[in-house]
Amino acid sequence: MSQLVIKNLHISIGEKAIVKGFNLTIKQGEVHAIMGPNGTGKSTLAKAIAGHPDYTITGGDVQLDRKSILAMQPDERARSGLFLAFQYPSEIPGVSIANFLRAAVQARMAEGEELDAAGYYKRLYSKMDLLKIDRKFTARSVNEGFSGGEKKRCEILQMAMLEPRIALMDETDSGLDIDALRIVADGVNAMRSSPASPGIMLITHYQRLLDYIVPDFVHVMYDGRLVKSGDKSLALELEAKGYDWLKQQPATA
Amino acid sequence: MKPPSEIETAIAMDANPVAGIDQTKGDFQYKVDYAFDAGTGLSADTVRYISSVKKEEPWLLEFRLKALKTFLEKPMPTHWATKDLGNIDFQKIRYYLSQGQKPKRTWDEVPDDIKKTFERLGIPEQERKFLAGVEAQFDSEAAYSNIKDIVAKQGVIFVNSTEGLREHPEIFRKFFGKVIPTGDNKFSALNSAVFSGGSFIYVPKGVKVAQPLQAYFRINAENFGQFERTLIIADEGAEVVYMEGCTAPKFSTSTLHSAVVELVALKSAKIQYITVQNWANNVFNLVTKRGVAHEDAEIKWIDCNIGSRLTMKYPGVVLKGERARGEVLSIALANDGQHQDTGAKMIHAANNTTSNIIAKSISVGQGRSTYRGVVHIPKHLKGCKNNTECDALLINTSSRTDTYPAISVRGDRNATQHEASVSKVSEDMIFYMQSRGLTEAQAMSLAVNGFINDLARQFPMEYSVELKRLIDLEMEGSVG
Ligand SMILES: Nc1ncnc2c1ncn2[C@@H]1O[C@H](COP(=O)(O)OP(=O)(O)OP(=O)(O)O)[C@@H](O)[C@H]1O
Ligand SMILES: [Mg+2]
Repeated sequence: MSQLVIKNLHISIGEKAIVKGFNLTIKQGEVHAIMGPNGTGKSTLAKAIAGHPDYTITGGDVQLDRKSILAMQPDERARSGLFLAFQYPSEIPGVSIANFLRAAVQARMAEGEELDAAGYYKRLYSKMDLLKIDRKFTARSVNEGFSGGEKKRCEILQMAMLEPRIALMDETDSGLDIDALRIVADGVNAMRSSPASPGIMLITHYQRLLDYIVPDFVHVMYDGRLVKSGDKSLALELEAKGYDWLKQQPATA
Repeated sequence: MKPPSEIETAIAMDANPVAGIDQTKGDFQYKVDYAFDAGTGLSADTVRYISSVKKEEPWLLEFRLKALKTFLEKPMPTHWATKDLGNIDFQKIRYYLSQGQKPKRTWDEVPDDIKKTFERLGIPEQERKFLAGVEAQFDSEAAYSNIKDIVAKQGVIFVNSTEGLREHPEIFRKFFGKVIPTGDNKFSALNSAVFSGGSFIYVPKGVKVAQPLQAYFRINAENFGQFERTLIIADEGAEVVYMEGCTAPKFSTSTLHSAVVELVALKSAKIQYITVQNWANNVFNLVTKRGVAHEDAEIKWIDCNIGSRLTMKYPGVVLKGERARGEVLSIALANDGQHQDTGAKMIHAANNTTSNIIAKSISVGQGRSTYRGVVHIPKHLKGCKNNTECDALLINTSSRTDTYPAISVRGDRNATQHEASVSKVSEDMIFYMQSRGLTEAQAMSLAVNGFINDLARQFPMEYSVELKRLIDLEMEGSVG
């Protein structure tokens, strides 16, 4: 069983401290929902764990299977089993989804090992069917001209193809209509029920997503750290009361 | 036969990475003994030596000597071009080196020391696979030249320039130096004085050569200058595709490559000329290329510049007959220490002629790319159309790109369309790709391949695959 351990993590952008002592352990198979007001550092946390060069880790550690990943390049982290579904995915003009994913799958293979193209397409098409993505999409450039919802679905397609052990999903529900939300949730639930079920950090603002992807834990992040943790009922409580009542609470670790 | 399945179709649409020619592959040198050597430096004696070993007729020696004079008189074009041209020392270059003037018709006859170079570059193998004929030039002369029987039987001539002059003077002289006169520029004059090697191709009326003809130019000697001269004539209704490749070992001193290529597409003929230039980073590559397209004829230049220290090359088409079409598709990749100064010239000289220029440049690190274009449509013409697109991709802030499009379209009965864009490979885009498991180099390479994808798709398969390999290698080298 893989696990991601985030220990007293501090993250800055330039001089500005954004994440201030964040602690969480995510085991494979678990879903941890992270909620919290805008600007509290949720995306910063996810991107810094994935290795974005803009963010400086000023303290603490992140370990994947007991090994610190902080000295690794973003691509090494990804190949070690980490996946980030972006809040704002980048466009890659001229590179088709099929070729992009193929390169990503190839990157995980041993040197000299040949990708079985027929097997690859079979797998790609079955995942696309699951996510109800039109076949025409494989030939389109990654995220270029995609609608907000299409971009998010494309993130989940990549996650399904790359089979990470730990996935950080940053507001995958934003921009999705009701039907798309259910399709994406079904896709994630299918991954959860597979033998290689990933551990998931699910960043969201809305209870609605948690009706479909039922979390094992719900955490509230405020001002760069977790201020409250609970089970799925916490999300309902937040929906009813908002965040103000939590702002006075001390950090719970 | 049952139709291909969806998956089979998808696989067929991916360019399968097969081994191409990579840049490091050209970086080697075997020791070769040269029987003919014009020595170092340039003078009238150098020109006389070249002409005499080739046993040329007096008119040609005359032509060469006149060209030398023109070369010496013309100033370096440093008033508009880069000052780096001033670093070429013409007296330190060797102008002619060969083992003999007559190319072999079979690889078995090619002397071992030269043959192993071409074998290592994979030329005989490519010839077997997909070419109608090959000419392999080693320094000043072709060591090997052959055309498949089936193509020769159709009356197609494919020989080097010396043989062309000797054996087909009536065709050669009629067109030689007519598309690009000696005095066109300083380097066309230099080439006219000391040229050796290059291809002479004649495709008779109505003959469509099914497979490409290929020339491979290899520089082996240090301080050397290669000055091939190519003349391709497609007679009425004929069609031919010509591809050229090139490599040289990396020397610490500079090497000069200065070719002249003239194309003539007679009525309704089609010529496609494809270059993948991969010279080592010490090569000054100063080439003049131009074609004349007669009525209903089409000339298409596909020009990829990956290597060299400085390339100055602006393939052109003179649209001489009605409804003639000219096209330049070019890709330039300037890495650290490189300057790709490339572009296109379209001279409309008849009604209803059309031209299309698509130029894509990629600048990496300290690399610099410049686009220079000329489109000329005079006022008295009507129904002429030009489309020009210049796109630049920058892969870090220190790289530089300049665009100098000179479009003079006069009169209101002609149309032109011009688009230019500069984009950057952003840190976020690279991070996105890395977060999927691709290394930084793979991510950059993918971004570059995506940038040129719509152009590269129009290239013959073998060349787009090779191009992709070269870009992968360049990107690998550019990441610290
Ligand atoms: N690259 C950056 N440069 C400067 N400031 C940044 C950068 N990225 C994030 N920030 C700042 O860091 C803080 C945390 O931003 P972050 O995107 O992590 O918040 P978030 O919790 O994901 O918010 P939201 O719910 O709106 O997505 C914000 O104040 C934001 O403006
Ligand atoms: Mg966010």
